[in-house]
Amino acid sequence: MTPADLRAAFIADLTAVAPDLDPATIEDNDHLQDDLGLDSMDFLKLISALHKRFNLPIPEADYPRLATPAKAAAYLAEMLAT
Amino acid sequence: MSLFTMPSLGADMEEGKLVEWLVKPGQRVLRGDVVAVVETQKGAIEIEIFEAGEIGELLAQVGQTLPVGAPLARLGPAGEAEAGAPPAAPGSPREIPKALESPAPLPAQKPATEPAAPVPAAASGAVLASPAARVRASELGIALDVVTGSGPGGAVLLSDVERDAPARPAPVAEPVKDERPKGKPGLDMAEMRRAIAAAMVRAKREIPHYYLSHEIDLQAAQDWLSAQNSERPPDRRLLMGALLIRATVRALARAPELNGRFEADPYAPSAPVHCGLAVAMRGGGLIAPAIVDAQGMGLDAIMEAMRDIVTRARTGRLRNSEITQGTITVSSLGETGVDALIGVIYPPQVALVGFGTPRPRPLVRNGAVQPRLAIVATLAADHRISDGRRGALFLAEINRLLQEPESP
Repeated sequence: MTPADLRAAFIADLTAVAPDLDPATIEDNDHLQDDLGLDSMDFLKLISALHKRFNLPIPEADYPRLATPAKAAAYLAEMLAT
Repeated sequence: MSLFTMPSLGADMEEGKLVEWLVKPGQRVLRGDVVAVVETQKGAIEIEIFEAGEIGELLAQVGQTLPVGAPLARLGPAGEAEAGAPPAAPGSPREIPKALESPAPLPAQKPATEPAAPVPAAASGAVLASPAARVRASELGIALDVVTGSGPGGAVLLSDVERDAPARPAPVAEPVKDERPKGKPGLDMAEMRRAIAAAMVRAKREIPHYYLSHEIDLQAAQDWLSAQNSERPPDRRLLMGALLIRATVRALARAPELNGRFEADPYAPSAPVHCGLAVAMRGGGLIAPAIVDAQGMGLDAIMEAMRDIVTRARTGRLRNSEITQGTITVSSLGETGVDALIGVIYPPQVALVGFGTPRPRPLVRNGAVQPRLAIVATLAADHRISDGRRGALFLAEINRLLQEPESP
């Protein structure tokens, strides 16, 4: 998958968890909790969706690496490459 | 034969709009079945029926806004609905205001020869129209006599009004109503604000609050949670919030008077714990649906219930039992908040537990200062029901339970 594909997949799962977010207004460096208002339950559901989509374990220790769409796309690319 | 009526979904609710029927006449229902969807200040709410039987005639039509207590449907003992209430002809006009004046008409008083065919409308001249069509037409400012009816005898139905609606200028209020946040159907932020205001004004006017606060060492709970979650796939991971809820629910065993609804004097605590969970809406506002019968739930069950109820509070539908039967509320600031939340009780409940954001703090353990994760737990309680000593016992018990997260 290209970085654009990964970002699109991440945004799709994000907006499924938080349907009141407008995909067009989400910035690459928006912090999921501080800027987009996700709570811990939303975030866990997002991790679950990414886990299912990419079949990656995503341990809790890695959560900070998914804090923004840009970070998450980089994290997913790295994990899928190994 | 009884009547299923528009339920009250809060002291501040005066009316609700029927948006969907989930049952048909003749269908058997059990206590607790969801039979209809009503739009309220709290969004679209699934309405459960509290009596088993067979649905008779549907007295209200989709699209109608009706006051609390208005009849929505007849409910008969299973198998007897047909005999009890002669079905009205489809689309035959009924005077809804009249039905409201006598909310419990006895079937026996109905003439046995109730007409099966449409009768001419008595209410508004020569125009035949269903009640829902009349309501909608008046909302839209459409004269019924210019709408072509497709119902029996040319009666104007709701769908006929809706069909004509887009071609006509809508009242100014309509577009505003449509600017609801996506993802939460039927939620009107201004209405939600009004509902919160009404509940909080009542709380501060009627309830003599007292407040207690306790800093709790959360490190043991956090360590246990991390170890658990490292072995679990994301779907089965636990949140600290679930541990906090479980500790709160269990601690009520030490101070059961904090769990209940002060609706009648003398106050009687509730045996079941329906633990409300304050869920913040991203667009502003909050709603506190309850985890029903939380007293017997283990950690995984509480986590599942939280996942379900938060999801439905945000994007789906809650049930009326969940928003009207809470016996205590927990409000938690989560991971990105501040130190402490001093809450306002959600009437007619008698206590609210607040949790701040867990933070690393310098705590003294065994005579030495150590960095430990800590959380401030607070209690706002009704002084008519309990005193500080009992409240303190309760917060201390929450602390004790959080030190043994592994106990089932």
